[in-house]
Amino acid sequence: MSDESNAYWQANIRLIKWSLVIWAVVPFGFGILLRPFLKGISVGGADLGFWVAQQGAILVFLALIFFYAFRMNKLDRDFGVDEQ
Amino acid sequence: MSQFVINLLFVGASFALYIGIAIWARAGSTSEFYAAGRGVHPVTNGMATAADWMSAASFISMAGLIAFVGYDNSTYLMGWTGGYVLLALLLAPYLRKFGKFTVSEFIGDRFYSPTARLVAVICLIVASTTYVIGQMTGVGVAFGRFLEVSNTAGLLIGACVVFAYAVFGGMKGVTYTQVAQYVVLILAYTIPAIFISLQLTGNPIPALGLFGDSVSSGEPLLAKLDQIVTELGFNEYTAHHGDTFNMVLFTLSLMIGTAGLPHVIMRFFTVPKVSDARWSAGWALVFIALLYLTAPAVGAMARLNITEMFWPNGTDGDAVAVQTIETDPEYNWMLTWQKTGLLGWEDKNGDGMIQYYNDASPEMQAKAAENGWVGNELTNFNRDILVLANPEIANLPGWVIGLVAAGGLAAALSTAAGLLLAISSAVSHDLIKGAINPNISEKGELLSARIAMAVAIAVATYLGLNPPGFAAQTVALAFGLAAASIFPALMMGIFSTRINNVGAVAGMLAGLITTLVYIFLHKGWFFIPDTNSFTDADPLFLTVQSTSFGAIGAAINFAVAYGVAGMTKETPPEIVELVESVRVPRGAGSAQAH
Repeated sequence: MSDESNAYWQANIRLIKWSLVIWAVVPFGFGILLRPFLKGISVGGADLGFWVAQQGAILVFLALIFFYAFRMNKLDRDFGVDEQ
Repeated sequence: MSQFVINLLFVGASFALYIGIAIWARAGSTSEFYAAGRGVHPVTNGMATAADWMSAASFISMAGLIAFVGYDNSTYLMGWTGGYVLLALLLAPYLRKFGKFTVSEFIGDRFYSPTARLVAVICLIVASTTYVIGQMTGVGVAFGRFLEVSNTAGLLIGACVVFAYAVFGGMKGVTYTQVAQYVVLILAYTIPAIFISLQLTGNPIPALGLFGDSVSSGEPLLAKLDQIVTELGFNEYTAHHGDTFNMVLFTLSLMIGTAGLPHVIMRFFTVPKVSDARWSAGWALVFIALLYLTAPAVGAMARLNITEMFWPNGTDGDAVAVQTIETDPEYNWMLTWQKTGLLGWEDKNGDGMIQYYNDASPEMQAKAAENGWVGNELTNFNRDILVLANPEIANLPGWVIGLVAAGGLAAALSTAAGLLLAISSAVSHDLIKGAINPNISEKGELLSARIAMAVAIAVATYLGLNPPGFAAQTVALAFGLAAASIFPALMMGIFSTRINNVGAVAGMLAGLITTLVYIFLHKGWFFIPDTNSFTDADPLFLTVQSTSFGAIGAAINFAVAYGVAGMTKETPPEIVELVESVRVPRGAGSAQAH
């Protein structure tokens, strides 16, 4: 593998890692495991954890996918590996 | 015009539309049959993926499961959407770059082994067939209701319709048909939800109404719901009651399974470019989120409506009278649903009223003794009827009810068709052409594809008569199987050059077999009732229910694959090259023939 394409792949892996951290922390953290600690923050008749589990997580997933697609398509061009 | 005629009109008109589109865009060659000639725009593809994806489980079943359990079943919402992140980040662009037609082709080529391809085909068939069983459950509920026949009769009629429908066209027919189905199903889901949200909270957006204030009492809707259900001895709606470990595993299984299901992954082979594959996953989730953000509101609001319907004078007043149910047009939905056998009530204590409460709660038992109640008199409320009955419960106009019937059928049909296509291509393309008879003619391949469809639907219908759970629960089992078998193989195939042919095969087999056995131990062997040794209430391993085991199966798959690969020969250099080329978008051709 050339250094150039190696650097491209490493940048991709870094981006994936950080995205997956958010992907895991929001539903499993805020939505389930940390919910008891966030009970104090109320959202319309329930609490933050409940809102994350039923609404927030989905919105975060959406943002993550579009963010990743945008960054990767830019990375493709920066490294000159995009489709022509 | 009676409701029956309105339902028939809506269902008939929507069917005419789909079939019209299918004929207009009929598949010609085999390559069109599988992957639509790779000419589908990401937004169109996203919409079709959404229709394909949102099945009877999402449309008919999920809100009902949330309604009767509350917060704990948020797992379905997070699990079935979170998987798209995995798809977009870990699979979709690379599989598109690889540029073949099916998932098992990738596995066969990457692991340079016909055995790996064969094992992948078996995994796909097992997961997809389980998935179709769940769909048939939903089809039975929907057809039973709109034809006003028993659930079983509905299921048999539905099976014939699904088969006729799936045979009509290949993916291309299905792609544009599915766009139409998406439009029908999302309107059918959101319009009644908007009506109900306006009635209860004054907010036209159900997702906001859920966290809004009740119009009648001014207190927050969820607080009101919590109060009314606890007064009847049920669990508090917004609180966590179940086992946390199982909840995490279940959510994870659904997520990984989403990224391992062949009929969804196949969609990403049909976009023109690698960059489009990344956007496609996002667009699919946009269209899916419209339903998934609405579903929790549908569940909570329906639960409130139903409870108030049985206690029109409040939980301290008199319950609803049997005579009211039989004569008041507002309760007419109960009579129609009674015909399907999925809703039942019985005036056990003969007081002329139907008391609906949790008779397992000690406090309620005390209250029941005081009032002369002898048990919960709403004897049967199948969770899968909630969404379809919802507009009738809220007393919405007849056309909304007709629309929901059409939407429920669209959801079940579109997914069943997509799955049958995945099964038939696995059998004809991968199994017969790939392994048994490589010289088969195009005609012979198409014929074997259709025979495979017929067999799959017959098996699913037979098992759908005694389903292992509500539609969404059966579908969740299919996700567990896909999570344990396909996803790890695909991910390791792209992200690790170290995994070789033996490792991949051993991993897939270990994941599939452990998960399948775990499911059969809890749900009965081959889903035959009463052949199970454990129940989900008291599972074999810690608190892990059969629906949650997929995540553990996936971990076993990864571990076995790494272990075995470490002990056997390294991947040959030409395969390492293949993996490196898959990682880079440049050079992705258009459709590649074989």
